[in-house]
Amino acid sequence: MKLATAVMATIALVAAGLSSATRAAPPEQCDAPQSLIDGDTDLSRVMDTFKASHRLSITVIGSGSSGLTGPEGAHAAYPARLEAVLKQDMPGVDIKVTAHVQSKETTAAMVAGLDKILADDKPTLVIWQAGTVDALDGVEPEDFRNTLSDGVAKIQAAGADVILMNMQYSPRTESMLDVSVYADVMRAIAEQHGALLFDRLAIMHYWNDAGTFNLYTATKKYDMARRVHDCIGWALASQIVAAAHLDATRMQTTQ
Amino acid sequence: MPWPMAASLPASGERDLRLDLFRGIALWLIFFDHIPQNVVNWFTIRNYGFSDATEIFIFISGYTAAFVYGRAMRERGIIIASARVLRRAWQIYVAHIFLFTIFMAEIAYVAATFDNPLYAEEMNILDFLKQPDITIFQALLLKFKPVNMDVLPLYIVLLLLFPPMLWLLLRQPAFALAGSALVYVLAWNFDWNLPAYPNGVWFFNPFAWQLLFVFGAWCALGGAQRLSGVLRSPIVLGICVAYLLFAFAITLTWYIEPLGRLVPLWLSAWMYPIDKTNLDVLRFAHFLALAAVTVRFVPRNWPALKSPYLAPAIRCGQHSLEIFCLGVFLAFAGQFIISEWQGGPLIQIIVSLAGVLIMVATANLISWYKHMEGRGATTRVKPPDADLAGGDA
Repeated sequence: MKLATAVMATIALVAAGLSSATRAAPPEQCDAPQSLIDGDTDLSRVMDTFKASHRLSITVIGSGSSGLTGPEGAHAAYPARLEAVLKQDMPGVDIKVTAHVQSKETTAAMVAGLDKILADDKPTLVIWQAGTVDALDGVEPEDFRNTLSDGVAKIQAAGADVILMNMQYSPRTESMLDVSVYADVMRAIAEQHGALLFDRLAIMHYWNDAGTFNLYTATKKYDMARRVHDCIGWALASQIVAAAHLDATRMQTTQ
Repeated sequence: MPWPMAASLPASGERDLRLDLFRGIALWLIFFDHIPQNVVNWFTIRNYGFSDATEIFIFISGYTAAFVYGRAMRERGIIIASARVLRRAWQIYVAHIFLFTIFMAEIAYVAATFDNPLYAEEMNILDFLKQPDITIFQALLLKFKPVNMDVLPLYIVLLLLFPPMLWLLLRQPAFALAGSALVYVLAWNFDWNLPAYPNGVWFFNPFAWQLLFVFGAWCALGGAQRLSGVLRSPIVLGICVAYLLFAFAITLTWYIEPLGRLVPLWLSAWMYPIDKTNLDVLRFAHFLALAAVTVRFVPRNWPALKSPYLAPAIRCGQHSLEIFCLGVFLAFAGQFIISEWQGGPLIQIIVSLAGVLIMVATANLISWYKHMEGRGATTRVKPPDADLAGGDA
């Protein structure tokens, strides 16, 4: 399987010492190979804005898997966790994470609402979680590719960086819902547009294999879902800080 | 070129065991590939090049269909041969619906037992259970095809359209093949495909994949002999090997990410996506190269074909419909076991091996049945036996 191989290959790379040093200190249970977090693209717009105005405005666009239901769901979901982690990490910086989460929303529907979101939020970074609903609805991969490509171009034209977040690793539904084609498209689009990919699929797969989370678990309770979202928030924060070189920038500005 | 009735069946009545062998192996590979995250998948050919076991399966199915029904059409006429092709399509339809029932049972079980707020969105895949009236009807129309159930509907459509194609292949093989290629090109240009439910199109576009099926049929009806000169050429061999190595190098970049940066942008812009739905020309070419190299190094009279080590794969290839269906079922069941036991690599390997053993045992059982029935039916006139002609069509 492509993914398993990718995971193994990246683990091998970490072992070979190619990974860069870890910056943040996320909870131990959220550990993931740095090579799964780091991308080879910089978030240069985020970096420039941060240098100039000490501001970080992030917009999250996503479908159901970017939110959590249940009591205080919004606070436990990864967009809120990301904001909390960044604020804790960089006190005194103006950080705002706005989430536009709409369950069952296809990528095409998200693109339709994009102009308004960009105008309202004026983000420097858009985290765009996509693909799951398209896979569920059986949207043609080629249509998905074109829609996603248009959307990313639009966000970049509005002056924001883009992180594309792919699907959750969901072993129980895997035999019924094949997301791999859509994941491949997202990787290709990210590469093509110089956007970052947050490989949620590979990271959650790693957590499952490493025993961090047992993603096969059947439960009605929210604890595991909350912990997974917390870890995703940490991993995202760590990707953003690394790709926008916020550590180095902060040091320069505070010295 | 001597065209009229040019198509000649291979002179010897003896079956080409290579077809059974490679179709049997393809069936095993399809089974492995249908279990997501299976470590055994590392060994299946899709990780080493562009094409995969589906191409082998469809090509050989076209080859054997032409072999069996081509003879029937010449000996007993177009009506009888067409009727037999359509009966075969019906059998495959029934098999498909049987598999669908098993799939529904699995889904219903998952829906009833699995719950996790983390996957609220993914569980929407079970929504179709809420409206069985529509879903089952769409499945009967072959529009609703759950994961891994796309090959048989393709096969059904290919067989439904096969009688006129076979008629043409027997008279004007070159013209028939050109027509098939034209449909392929038009399908690419005008986005022809059949609609699927709830939306989208067929995962295996019949307008594109028919090319491989018809090409297989064309080879069976004398095309292979016509190509034999080309296949013996060392230049062709060199090109094929070079292309296979190129495809292998590209697939490596999918798994070892740093290598991906070595692929020039113009190349990836031209090459991707390598479209499975529409049988990308890179995939087709990869299959052709693979086939050309294979027939060169595995001759028809290769002694190993009679060895007991290859017999299990050959047996499976000889009963391809039954073993294919069994493989789809076993993939469901295997995935289920791996999920329930949260199995690591060891369980995955055990499940994969057990699956192959069950497939081989079943193939032997079917052979035994056919053998037994064949002996009992000495008095009635038997139609040309599909098995003798190189496996099921």
